[in-house]
Amino acid sequence: MGVAIVVTSGKGGVGKTTTTANIGTALAMLGNKVVVVDADTGLRNLDLHLGLENRIVYNLVDVVEGTCRLKQALIKDKRFDNLFLLPTAQTKDKTAVTPEQMQKLIDDLKKEFDYIIIDCPAGIEHGFENAVAGADRAIVVTTPEVSAVRDADRIIGKLEAKGLEDHQLIINRIKYEMTKKGEMLNIDDMTDILAIKLLGIIPEDEKIVISTNRGEPAVTDENSKAGKAYRNVARRIMGEEVPFLDLEEEPSGLLASIKKIFFKK
Amino acid sequence: MDLFKFFSKETPSKDVAKERLKLILIHDRANVSPQFLEMVKGDIIRVISDYAEIDESGLEIKLTRAGEQGTSSPALVANIPIKKMKEFGR
Repeated sequence: MGVAIVVTSGKGGVGKTTTTANIGTALAMLGNKVVVVDADTGLRNLDLHLGLENRIVYNLVDVVEGTCRLKQALIKDKRFDNLFLLPTAQTKDKTAVTPEQMQKLIDDLKKEFDYIIIDCPAGIEHGFENAVAGADRAIVVTTPEVSAVRDADRIIGKLEAKGLEDHQLIINRIKYEMTKKGEMLNIDDMTDILAIKLLGIIPEDEKIVISTNRGEPAVTDENSKAGKAYRNVARRIMGEEVPFLDLEEEPSGLLASIKKIFFKK
Repeated sequence: MDLFKFFSKETPSKDVAKERLKLILIHDRANVSPQFLEMVKGDIIRVISDYAEIDESGLEIKLTRAGEQGTSSPALVANIPIKKMKEFGR
């Protein structure tokens, strides 16, 4: 029996889909049989992050409505044989699926896969209800901004009200230089405010833009800092104790490179 | 500009953010409506008025957090300006 993990945040644009694609891919790289599920019906994007947008024939709504079998809607990844995508419909809206149907679907997937990673839409309405319906665990993604932290807190409250107590936090897009100056909420500030277990810290990384452009998750890029952080998250999900990346040791940018040459520590 | 900042010892913006967030979350978590606070306010005025003449327009009641630092349990704080104590109240 596999584990279903929903990736959620409340606020949009904090990196739920990026996180889903990267964690899913990293778990597959570690040898697990993984399916990533797009629960953002009407605004699907997970296919783009994986570069699989041209291979979609059937989708999640087709499965629920009985138009096709579950296996027909699953798309095998380009790079990893043990990674699959279950896309959703782009031309339907969130009411096309009910939480009960979603639960059944996830239960079916759990028989086939080790990990089911569900990409939740922004908001706390029907789409959220569907995405969390079959989940055993939740990953709450936030960024170091007041609005994202507030929404994360609201989502944590919603998850707890549903009895989904196994939830952990990913802090995305941390800019070390700004936290050092006291101009950005740091990790301690955020875990202090949200009182939730920390699963990962993802540094701001321009490589994420590049990898999304190409449809290749950053975890496949050895040189991506964010990719490395996501690979660590995947290992933690599997129960391994992995220390958090020391953001300080890796200054980036031209100035930092020049500084490194002249002021060797 | 940076030099000015250095001397003025302006609070780092992340501390401002953290303080604002703590207060916002107390409200969000308690799920207290403005109507609720108005009701409490009305009742407080009624009770206190038996003992003192109060300045109703200056009465302020707000939800904040108990203790100085760290604790996040919510607290109702009322500021009730008194014009004059009533004879009965002394």
